[in-house]
Amino acid sequence: MTVTRRMALKTAGMALAAPVVLRHAALGADPIKVVGIHDASGGLDIYGKPMIACLDFAVDEVNAAGGLLGRPVQLTNYDPQSNIQLYTQFATEAATKDRAAVVHGGITSASREAIRPILHRYQTLYFYNTQYEGGVCDRNCFCTGSTPAQNVQKLVPYVMQKWGKKLYIVAADYNYGQITSKWITKYCRDGGGGIAAADFFPLNVTDFGPAIQKIQQTRPDVVISALVGGAHISFYRQWAAAGMKSRIPMASTTFGVGNESLVLSPEEGNGIVCAFSYFQEVDTPANKAFLQKFHAKLGAAAPYLGGELAMRTYVGFNLWAEGVRKAQSIDRLKVIQALESGVENDGPPGKTVIDGKTNHVTLNVFLAECADHGFKVLQSFPQQPPSDTASVCDLAKDPNANKQYVIDVRI
Amino acid sequence: MNRRRLVLEIGAAVLLAAFGIWLLPRTLELFALINATVYVSMSLLALSLALIWGFGGILCFGQTAFFGLGGYAYAVAALNLTGTTGAIPIALLVPTGAAAALGYVMFFGRISDVYMGVITLTVTLILFNFVNSTAGDQWRIGAAPLGGFNGIPSTPPLNVPGDPGTQLTPEQIFAVAVGCLAGSYVLCRLVLASRFGRVVVAIRENERRAELLGYDVRLYKLGIFALGGGMAGLAGLLFANCVFVSPTMFSLFYSGQVIIWVMIGGLGTLIGPILGAILLQALATWAGTLRGVNPSLILGVILMLAVLAIPRGLLPTAGAALARIRGLRGEGA
Amino acid sequence: MGLAVAVGLQVLTGIATLFIISLGLAVVFGMMRVINLAHGEFLMMGAYSVILSVQAGLNMWVAMLLVAPLIVGAIGMIVERLVIRRLYGRMLDTMLATWGLSLALTGGATMILGNSVSGFSAPLGSVAIAGYRTSGYSLFLIAMAVLLFATTWCVLRLTPAGLIARGTMQNPEMAASLGVPPDRVYAITFTLGAALSGLAGALIAPVSGVVPTMGAAYIAKSFITVITGGGAMLAGTASASGLLGGVSTIGTFLTTPVLGEVLMLAIAVVLLRLLPQGITGRFFRRAL
Repeated sequence: MTVTRRMALKTAGMALAAPVVLRHAALGADPIKVVGIHDASGGLDIYGKPMIACLDFAVDEVNAAGGLLGRPVQLTNYDPQSNIQLYTQFATEAATKDRAAVVHGGITSASREAIRPILHRYQTLYFYNTQYEGGVCDRNCFCTGSTPAQNVQKLVPYVMQKWGKKLYIVAADYNYGQITSKWITKYCRDGGGGIAAADFFPLNVTDFGPAIQKIQQTRPDVVISALVGGAHISFYRQWAAAGMKSRIPMASTTFGVGNESLVLSPEEGNGIVCAFSYFQEVDTPANKAFLQKFHAKLGAAAPYLGGELAMRTYVGFNLWAEGVRKAQSIDRLKVIQALESGVENDGPPGKTVIDGKTNHVTLNVFLAECADHGFKVLQSFPQQPPSDTASVCDLAKDPNANKQYVIDVRI
Repeated sequence: MNRRRLVLEIGAAVLLAAFGIWLLPRTLELFALINATVYVSMSLLALSLALIWGFGGILCFGQTAFFGLGGYAYAVAALNLTGTTGAIPIALLVPTGAAAALGYVMFFGRISDVYMGVITLTVTLILFNFVNSTAGDQWRIGAAPLGGFNGIPSTPPLNVPGDPGTQLTPEQIFAVAVGCLAGSYVLCRLVLASRFGRVVVAIRENERRAELLGYDVRLYKLGIFALGGGMAGLAGLLFANCVFVSPTMFSLFYSGQVIIWVMIGGLGTLIGPILGAILLQALATWAGTLRGVNPSLILGVILMLAVLAIPRGLLPTAGAALARIRGLRGEGA
Repeated sequence: MGLAVAVGLQVLTGIATLFIISLGLAVVFGMMRVINLAHGEFLMMGAYSVILSVQAGLNMWVAMLLVAPLIVGAIGMIVERLVIRRLYGRMLDTMLATWGLSLALTGGATMILGNSVSGFSAPLGSVAIAGYRTSGYSLFLIAMAVLLFATTWCVLRLTPAGLIARGTMQNPEMAASLGVPPDRVYAITFTLGAALSGLAGALIAPVSGVVPTMGAAYIAKSFITVITGGGAMLAGTASASGLLGGVSTIGTFLTTPVLGEVLMLAIAVVLLRLLPQGITGRFFRRAL
């Protein structure tokens, strides 16, 4: 077998995608076990692979600086293959067999709601580092991504002011899409607008022909997409192929968190507006320094970081590490208490502070539009609090809470 | 089959099950025990197909329809009732009823072989698509949201009968699962030894002849199909107790796997498919840990080779080989 | 009015797509009574043939209409020689073996090509019909379906090869005694069926995403369409595509994509209950 450069790349990709990647740092002491559960294959790998790369990078960084509490961090990555049932299996394994100090993982809200109860039951600390629909109220679970009060609340007024007040929602048919649509509806009505219709698509739908005709029939001013995963990318393709792209502008709560902007041609992607707590294009010295180190280490295998998921995984791990340093222990309760006291991280996306009342985070939000396979940052909103979750959840008062609150809005 | 052999086989099954219930929780780690429970519930699913396909001659491409219905019926009932004991009969009745209704359409419509396969497959797909699209608020039954793609992660586990507050531990659920598998096996053996079972096998051998002898073929087929549906539902209930219910229970992937298990284990036997299910699941888990080799590739190649090399399945092939060796020895003596 | 035209066009596209993806399976089933469960993976390989050829710098139309059918046809020939030939007359075993093949091909493709969705944009731009924009490619799909129907009909009806094929289909023993080797007819049929599947995969590639697991989404649909159509392969597949594709697209318009598909499947079940031999078991019995 001759080794070509393409093959070397593929092997590197496979090493990332392999079910178990163990990393032993060359430190003597008993290692601290950390488990990552992200999809390295299947329809959600467009999100999972960059997240794994960032988690690996964060762990290596901590180990290179001497580990935590003088002990090396040992990371085990599991690949649930975009299959929810494998998520539950690996979460059980992480809690009962590996006895991990913390589990970082979960991409879709469906996977989070599958593993969160398990980790709660087995008392294993859990970090969910993805932007999501908000409302999780569980002291054992830290959500370090942005939520609708931080992203949708910036996105919807912007597009309404720019293009018009009649919105059409196309969303993935599971809890993320359903609940996010409610938030879009709420902010749209708050701004005096209206929803033409909301359509939901299971994650495996690839034919959007009838949906595109339906959208034309209602003539909205803006289409907002909350579509998720590899199959749904064909919506953007078919939308452009039908010649709609120049006629009705589009915004999205998910576009670009994976590799969407890379796989679509500029004609298909350019101009789609998004709001996340990070874009690779964010122009700060901290981000530039990070990207330089990241690329120096991973070389050609470095993934495009796009929207926030991968970066939040990096920040999430560092928040946890900071909590451990502060607690001087990996004991679950002590780390939780340390984190809740307001641990912060000054990373590539700017300052991220844990809100002890909700176990969510205050962070910077950026509004950007897709431009030539990347993003152009238009506006930034510093230090946005997780006010959506905070309005329903108070872990200081009710430390035993273990549920997800859902906003009550009729579409 | 003579009565002594029947009693012997049943006794062996019960002893083996008791031994498993005693041994495994003592030797396996918790997560391995939970996986073992999944294996057992899948084996029960394979047993249900072995009964209706291997003995009833009904090729059902959608045995997972009843598996999923059992799981969902259990989850929905358990969330609505206080305590989960009342959910058990519901989880058995719903899939049995569904199988009876589907069987009525097929057998009384005189639909045969391939067409029956298509209908059962289609019904499974309908259920999968439907359940997959129930994420919205409007889809809830009482206190139980169906959850669409998410499934119902909050499915409560079984509790001690009469005491809703005390949920069974994973060890106890494993024991229940093994008990169910052994019980179902004994039930299958008894049914097949009965007059009803012998007629069912006669129909498989020659439907026309059985009909000319005066048996209402449709009723017998309906009976065995409904029994198989109920057993698949029980498997779904167990699965709901060690994982949770989600639309993947109805998926084409699972319905395909069950057929493969039965086929490789040995069509026309009961133990073969159980062994096939355990063996191939272990193989799939092992294949999943291989780096760089896709598990589907391994499974696919094995299935192809199995069809080409041992079309009768492992158990009958092994049995035949054993008989040949015995025959040779007999000749030598 | 405009809406009716737009919907009508969408319905026609749905029917054409269903016909295109089912034809390869129908030819193999109609001629050989073999159900090829790796049909979905043949579609997948057709789609990847286009993507890889285009990446290698080939013209897209050449890749789509020529390269994809040739490559998948060749693969079909090998599969027939290695697997199908050994299992003639054992319908169930063939299904299981091709199922294994389907798993193996999915797994192999995932290893080589990675499990990410790729794809390319539909060519031909967009057109406005009665005030509604639609992609020009959907019109092309409709035209291709008509062309495929006409070509298959002509080949079967008007050429000597078609005569031999029909003869073998009706009575293989008789054909054999007249000097036609059924083995060769079957081998050629399977190769052609695979080539048609490859073409179909290439044609749907711009509309759907291309991913190693894409076959699973199509196999059930085409399987159901072919069986619902019944014995006469061309008339059966066309009428079943018309009915099922029409119902599913209209259902999608009125409700959601999922309920549209559920409606289509429910119609298939009811139809098989009423017409146990498929549509052509009752109607168009003398058709091809």
